Amino acid sequence: MKPLIPFVLVAASATAVAGTPVQILDAYANAVGAAYQVSAQRGAEFYARKFGVSAKMDSCATCHTGKPTQAGEHVITGKPIKPLAPAANADRFSDPAKVEKWFKRNCTEVVGRECSAGEKADFIAFVSGGL
Amino acid sequence: MKRTILCLGLAAASASALADRLPIPADAPPAFKAECGSCHLPFPPALLAADDWRRVMGGLDKHYGDNASLDEKSRRQIEEFLARHAGSDRRVTRPDIKPGELPRLTLTHWFRKKHDEVPAAAWKDKAVGSAANCAACHTKAEQGSFREREIRMPGNIGGRRHDRD
Ligand code: HEC
Ligand code: HEC
Ligand code: HEC
Repeated sequence: MKPLIPFVLVAASATAVAGTPVQILDAYANAVGAAYQVSAQRGAEFYARKFGVSAKMDSCATCHTGKPTQAGEHVITGKPIKPLAPAANADRFSDPAKVEKWFKRNCTEVVGRECSAGEKADFIAFVSGGL
Repeated sequence: MKRTILCLGLAAASASALADRLPIPADAPPAFKAECGSCHLPFPPALLAADDWRRVMGGLDKHYGDNASLDEKSRRQIEEFLARHAGSDRRVTRPDIKPGELPRLTLTHWFRKKHDEVPAAAWKDKAVGSAANCAACHTKAEQGSFREREIRMPGNIGGRRHDRD
């Protein structure tokens, strides 16, 4: 569990520094441990899973659609959301602090708890098309 | 008596001439548009009273069914900005809300009156979804402009023909 704290500090201090999806994914994977096997497949299952925690926000796909390369829509406000896939939207997964903020918000609402570092690494692998 | 009516008329006319422009004040901290504009458009501060904004900003983790939590520095900056430009009584009076509920600018008497010609079906249209989705009808809402000729009702609602695109 110890490695988590240095990682969080690194992520926080990297705020102003641009990141890449690979760097951000690696940081999460390393937080789990050097031996962690990232799985885009697990990420895909997580992305589509209906958690049954929130009636309106049942899954990540509810707002981000079934396909991360597509534009989505906020299920309550109706505001369009640009695609999550870096291939379709180069701004994605470029700012560690922004990524962490949205994981925190969306996981809390959809999953009912914060996501683990492993879940985050898998999720990024999936939406990036299997890094 | 005549005089009073005339004055009232003028006041009302000039108020409505301004009512279609609700720009975000220039001293907005960058966090305001980035944070408060990510799930919906950044609402014009003038549409809620200062106390109402403080209520909204005091409970961002339980935000109208969503989680809008922020770091404390951005939160405070945004709260001060909203309170500084908050609306005055005329525009922001609203019915009492139940304890524990958050104030809504879409429930003020002003908002209701401005939208009394909008048919119920329009609010429920799939492309709208929520009265807070201003940009679904006001095509220049992101720029703070709510002029009548910029309105496009979803589909073909409202009698008048509103072509899409
Ligand atoms: C209620 C709608 C909604 C749901 C459900 C939702 N999100 Fe999001 N998500 C958003 C919005 C809105 C943004 C930010 C909009 C933007 O930046 O364009 C966002 C952004 C993100 C980002 C930021 C990516 C970046 O670098 O810009 C991540 C990561 C993310 N979401 C992950 C998730 C995960 C994981 C789930 C499921 C546990 C999820 N989201 C479910 C609405 C949602
Ligand atoms: C994570 C998404 C998210 C973020 C970020 C967010 N909001 Fe919201 N907000 C919502 C949702 C969802 C609603 C409810 C919309 C509805 O019910 O139609 C809402 C509604 C509101 C309303 C009431 C609108 C009405 O119906 O009159 C206000 C005011 C508001 N938000 C202010 C803010 C402010 C200020 C910020 C920035 C500190 C902010 N929001 C950031 C999701 C968000
Ligand atoms: C379903 C479509 C729809 C939505 C959603 C909507 N409006 Fe409107 N709005 C209208 C129509 C129609 C009018 C009336 C235009 C007229 O008759 O002058 C109007 C009028 C207004 C006016 C008055 C403009 C003037 O000329 O005086 C303002 C200001 C305004 N809306 C703000 C908002 C804001 C802010 C939101 C979101 C919180 C919003 N509206 C959401 C359709 C909509």
